[in-house]
Amino acid sequence: MEITTAHYLTLSFMLFSIGLIGIVTRRNMIIVLMSIELLLNSVNLNLIAFSHQLSDLTGQVFAIFTICVAAGEAAVGLGILLALYRLRHTTEVDQVTDMRG
Amino acid sequence: MNGEAILFFLFAGICLGGAVLVVTMRNPMYSALSLLATFLSMAALFFLQHAEFLGVVQIFVYGGGIMVLFLFVIMLVNLQNLQETRLFLSQARWAWLLIVGMASLVIVLFLGLSFEPPLSNPAAFEMVEGESLGNTQAVAWVLYREYLLPFEIASVFLLVAMIGAVVLGRRT
Repeated sequence: MEITTAHYLTLSFMLFSIGLIGIVTRRNMIIVLMSIELLLNSVNLNLIAFSHQLSDLTGQVFAIFTICVAAGEAAVGLGILLALYRLRHTTEVDQVTDMRG
Repeated sequence: MNGEAILFFLFAGICLGGAVLVVTMRNPMYSALSLLATFLSMAALFFLQHAEFLGVVQIFVYGGGIMVLFLFVIMLVNLQNLQETRLFLSQARWAWLLIVGMASLVIVLFLGLSFEPPLSNPAAFEMVEGESLGNTQAVAWVLYREYLLPFEIASVFLLVAMIGAVVLGRRT
């Protein structure tokens, strides 16, 4: 069986939808942040697959930048989570319903 | 079923299994470890697509950096009453329905796509001006010449993110 780019795109989209379900569905903020990382990883897989298809290194370079942005965003997101936890003593997304404090 | 297909299905299975476990596990520590398994199998898929530098970067940054960050935060947050909390939001059923519906439509579409065979000879990813030096050198050649400005912007972005994380982590 020949593994084509379409297989990688399908896998990338499945991972994207699983990450999307995680973001929209889970109550725990940490799991939401982990699902965001899953989303960004699926995008990287997509970029690498097309880079392989077109024999162009541009896709790999773009994936480096995506990894960079994901790392920065994970750090800041977890900082926000910690600050929120210190204030409200909960990590549930539906407990943080008002902008007070 | 040649070797590449076996490896692809093996690592794709680990990826998908890890991703599903991330989203459905009760204990966030188990979710974090499943996410680590997903990241590592992603790196293996990158190696299959002749992106060796990116595979190693994935292991270092995601497995060695971001996962450690997550594990520290999970330990600091220190959840109690894990058995009684609800896992999913109240509108979760609608979300499942919509997303699974959309996903199956798109996946049926994707599997019907036919691409031309990849243009690559794998050596194309290792060429630096005619000589084969390796994927890292080839990526660096492209990164520091054509994409120098985005590279510098990414550095500033990381600096700003670091400052932001330090400020958010202070206890005042």
